[in-house]
Amino acid sequence: MKILVCISHVPDTTSKINFVNGDSEFDNNGVQYVINPNDEFGLTRAIWFQEQQGANVTVVNVGGADTEPTLRKALAIGANEAIRVNAAATDGFFVAKQLAEVVKSGNYDLVICGKESLDYNGGMVPGMLAGLLNYNFVNSCTDLKVDGTSAKASREIDGGKEVIAASLPLVIGGQKGLVEEKDLRIPNMRGIMTARTKALTVLEPVSASVETKAVKFEKPAPKSAVKLFSADDLDGLVNALHNEAKVI
Amino acid sequence: MSLLIYAESADGKFKKVAFELASYAKKVAESLGTTVTAVTVNASDVSELSNYGVNKVLKVTNSKLDNFNAKAYADVVKQAAQKEGAKVIVLSSTTDSLYLAPLVAVGLEAGFASNVVELPVSTSPFQVKRTAFSNKAFNITEISTDVKVISIGKNSFGLVESSSSLTEEDFTPTLNDADFNVKVESVEKSTGKVTIADADVVVSGGRGLKGPENWGILEELASVLGAATACSKPVSDLGWRPHSEHVGQTGKPVATNLYIAVGISGAIQHIAGINSSKVKVVINSDAEAPFFKVADYGIVGDAFDILPKLTQKLKEFKASNS
Ligand SMILES: Cc1cc2nc3c(=O)[nH]c(=O)nc-3n(C[C@H](O)[C@H](O)[C@H](O)COP(=O)(O)OP(=O)(O)OC[C@H]3O[C@@H](n4cnc5c(N)ncnc54)[C@H](O)[C@@H]3O)c2cc1C
Repeated sequence: MKILVCISHVPDTTSKINFVNGDSEFDNNGVQYVINPNDEFGLTRAIWFQEQQGANVTVVNVGGADTEPTLRKALAIGANEAIRVNAAATDGFFVAKQLAEVVKSGNYDLVICGKESLDYNGGMVPGMLAGLLNYNFVNSCTDLKVDGTSAKASREIDGGKEVIAASLPLVIGGQKGLVEEKDLRIPNMRGIMTARTKALTVLEPVSASVETKAVKFEKPAPKSAVKLFSADDLDGLVNALHNEAKVI
Repeated sequence: MSLLIYAESADGKFKKVAFELASYAKKVAESLGTTVTAVTVNASDVSELSNYGVNKVLKVTNSKLDNFNAKAYADVVKQAAQKEGAKVIVLSSTTDSLYLAPLVAVGLEAGFASNVVELPVSTSPFQVKRTAFSNKAFNITEISTDVKVISIGKNSFGLVESSSSLTEEDFTPTLNDADFNVKVESVEKSTGKVTIADADVVVSGGRGLKGPENWGILEELASVLGAATACSKPVSDLGWRPHSEHVGQTGKPVATNLYIAVGISGAIQHIAGINSSKVKVVINSDAEAPFFKVADYGIVGDAFDILPKLTQKLKEFKASNS
């Protein structure tokens, strides 16, 4: 089985979010980048398929050279090889289009994406990719097993889950549950050393139309201070929720 | 060239988001000088949509669509959009709609923007305000394609009644057999429990509750308020509560009217996921807990002491206000 894991390179969850150039661009200054958490669950599941079922795992990112440390980290965690499509990830459709080319030329059986990335939260790349490839697609995937060319997946739904059967080739939008938090791997020294010798291929992008553009950013308005009630004044709280906030 | 919404139903009955979508779409349609068409799948009575400004319903009835199937439903929405010549398609943020939205967009060669939180900033060029960076910021996105797909963030618009005359039309889209290669084998749904996605109130517990055996006091509070229960990430990682209750940046997003956090410190990743809730209440024994910086109301104190008393007060309040 050939697996492609699509990796988004995103600001660490503790990052302060600021903008520059008249609020038109994200401020990279001092920001640490990580593998997008949803993608990390998928990558770890892919490594499980590699170890248990002999799968070959390629990781791919659409991004500039500055994203290579993130790909190297994925290699250190255990991916066999990496691909970087050399273009800024400007819009979800553009990214999906680049990934579709990579999938077609590499004949992957299983494409694992995260259901959304933590920077733009677009949640569109896995679905658009599946649509462009006309592959089967399971989003919000919380469990995945593969036997030959058939897959069994769980999908989180509002208030429960669904068990889904689908054949390969398949695209999933993954999340926590694919593996548990405790199964996530921190690269060890040996992994980091071997990652340096693994192939990281740089491809040039194919042309794609620009469908959407982030023209400007805004930060939420500052909040007014919290209103405190003492533990003896729960009536005060109930009253405020009813008469002031009008939520009960 | 009307505006199209997909009005979701479950067991034949519309979900509340269907009416929220209709309310939103009606306002956008007015500014574009057009009307709202809704496509429905196996909804029994569609007349309620006329309370929210919908002028036309394309009714799809097909037992093959009893289980949600993203590709098949995307085909339905796409063909409805083509039939109506719709230039703007408005979807919700339920897990099902977020599943089908990108498929609809690719199928119609339409640009897509998710998590839209307000009416369009401008309709020409078409610009919408959406959340980004897990609610730490907003971004104005311009969609430049001829056809546009947007999905509206949970609870970001609300219901606006507006009565309209409604015409119903049976609609039979062509379904592709290959769409059914993804088959639902079983569905597990908690019955009788309010889900985080549907709830107007969410009561959430953190590590401050010390252990799973202490969740009874939280559940009682939730029950008086008709609320869903949720938890912080470590609580689900420790196995105290199911993963489906984990909220935050790496868990479920919460955008309710009222979010009550008990024994939750308010780490940046937690807040990112719940910050779009309208009113936030924190109960925490540590006055320095960061949650107090983002909450509207707070009580510094011991949850084990406060929760039962608060539940009692709310019971009395409900009794005298019903
Ligand atoms: C990559 C990444 C992603 C993450 N994603 C998420 C996420 O999605 N969601 C999330 O929640 N976290 C997330 N976290 C974890 C986050 O950083 C915090 O560790 C977590 O939110 C803390 O959970 P907590 O508030 O329950 O526990 P703690 O931080 O331990 O806080 C417990 C609180 O309970 C209070 N307390 C103790 N006893 C009492 C009492 N008797 N009465 C009242 N209060 C009491 C304490 O004062 C304290 O403030 C993430 C972390 C990382 C690194």
